[in-house]
Amino acid sequence: MSVDEKTVRRIAHLARIAVAEDEVAPLQGELNAILAFVEQLGAVDVTGVEAMTSVTPMAMKKRKDVVTDGGRAVDVVANAPETEDHYFLVPKVVE
Amino acid sequence: MTAPVNPKKLIKGAEHDWEVVIGMEIHAQVTSRSKLFSGASTEFGAEPNDHVSLVDAAMPGMLPVINEECVAQAVRTGLGLKARINHRSVFDRKNYFYPDLPQGYQISQYKDPIVGEGEVVVDLLDGESITVGIERLHLEQDAGKSLHDQNPTQSFVDLNRSGVALMEIVSQPDLRSSEEARAYMTKLRTILRYLGTCDGDMEKGSLRADVNVSVRRPGQPLGTRCEIKNVNSIRFIGQAIESEARRQIAIIEDGGTISQETRLYDPAKGETRSMRSKEEAHDYRYFPDPDLLPLEFDQAYVDALAEGLPELPDAKKARFVADFGLSAYDANVLVAERASADYYEAVARGRDGKAAANWVINELFGRLNKEGIGIDATPVSADQLGRIIDLIGEGVISGKIAKDLFEIVWTEGGDPRAVVEARGMKQVTDTGAIEAAVDDIIAKNHDKVQQAKEKPTLLGWFVGQTMKATGGKANPAAVNALLKSKLGIE
Repeated sequence: MSVDEKTVRRIAHLARIAVAEDEVAPLQGELNAILAFVEQLGAVDVTGVEAMTSVTPMAMKKRKDVVTDGGRAVDVVANAPETEDHYFLVPKVVE
Repeated sequence: MTAPVNPKKLIKGAEHDWEVVIGMEIHAQVTSRSKLFSGASTEFGAEPNDHVSLVDAAMPGMLPVINEECVAQAVRTGLGLKARINHRSVFDRKNYFYPDLPQGYQISQYKDPIVGEGEVVVDLLDGESITVGIERLHLEQDAGKSLHDQNPTQSFVDLNRSGVALMEIVSQPDLRSSEEARAYMTKLRTILRYLGTCDGDMEKGSLRADVNVSVRRPGQPLGTRCEIKNVNSIRFIGQAIESEARRQIAIIEDGGTISQETRLYDPAKGETRSMRSKEEAHDYRYFPDPDLLPLEFDQAYVDALAEGLPELPDAKKARFVADFGLSAYDANVLVAERASADYYEAVARGRDGKAAANWVINELFGRLNKEGIGIDATPVSADQLGRIIDLIGEGVISGKIAKDLFEIVWTEGGDPRAVVEARGMKQVTDTGAIEAAVDDIIAKNHDKVQQAKEKPTLLGWFVGQTMKATGGKANPAAVNALLKSKLGIE
């Protein structure tokens, strides 16, 4: 599997990463090298092998339905560049 | 998709009729105290970002831990939809960027949802019913909320809703008209409210629908569909479908083609408009969430939840029809809300079921609607209404007086029997007293007595006069009999 320049631009857009025109070709090379490396896994025959979801067999941990958190709006917005009345402020987005 | 074409449901076009095909994705907020993967409260209407944990705000290093009650609620809902419950399901990340989605992805279920195929029986106004297939139900996180009208250049983001559990319920494209779509949504809401798994409060956004609409000539393959996002009232669902179907028909009849896209319904304009163009179609790049193990449980867990389910509307309706002799229509009206059905049953127990239904539907619901209050706030209890019906059955009061009595109990309360005693509302069955009133009226109206011999329908006038003279308390049957014999009418 390999990616072309168009796919590189598309992935960058989906990830909201600004990629300059002269960076596209080098990135394409790097991505294809990574993909080729991972592709070695294709050599292993995994027919009939169930996907492993954890190293030791265990059930997903669950939580009781009780309120144990919240009431910390100050902490939640502490790192935001701009806030007002504990709201996050972001550049206007209108759908 | 194989449902026979019903000509009544087709939309008239310029040259031929069109069939509209509708499928719905409904987002139902799970009733739970805390969020799907965090311990923050789900309560509506808190101060901005007050019900937010660092998990919901997607702070680095925070890990999701699933709320077991949300899992149970999804299973209960699946059982209520007669659906297959999957003993193993998987949480995936659905990736997209939006300011009210701090993680940059929504935790959802993609390939392996918790609930598979099921079905919902939907009753329509004309007494017909349709079966709508459910494709799946999965659990996912809600996003936060953006406010765009607070400031000209900035949007305000509140994450209180971020991470609240939603059930996305996806129907098959089995709906063929806006009426069917509205009826389906109504029925689903009723089922969810019976189950107690979603409060169904559309005004607070607890239930929202994405509606997929396409049109085709009957018998042809499915047309290209458009998805109308986030319709938040049952009325708007109907309006959005009507306007979208007509828009698509107009385009095709003009020789154009429909492009698959997401649209928004604008209730003020009564039309849908494009929201995102196809070029920017989202690529969600789903993959299994590495922070969460697969969700697994056994049949014993499902059985225990099934054990605790309440009687659902379809079963209740069938029972009302069988046990109380109600019409399907009346039974439907009564089971639409669990509280109404419980009230009715309390009134009907040990009494004539049909009479009880008439009183609950016509008098009580009519009065509640007039006052704009729900059954939970009724001033007349089921016990009081039952006693009023008893008094009619015993012949103590007439049906007409009973309505006055209902009004008194509604405004002033009290024991109906005591009210009847205290106010002298008892029906007069004493023939002597009625006879005196009848004789008096006949004596004063010689002309009408003559006419009545030619025109027996005048009897009604005499009955009215007698009732008036006795303050409405005369036994109508006794009055009728007396008048007939005295006027010589057969």
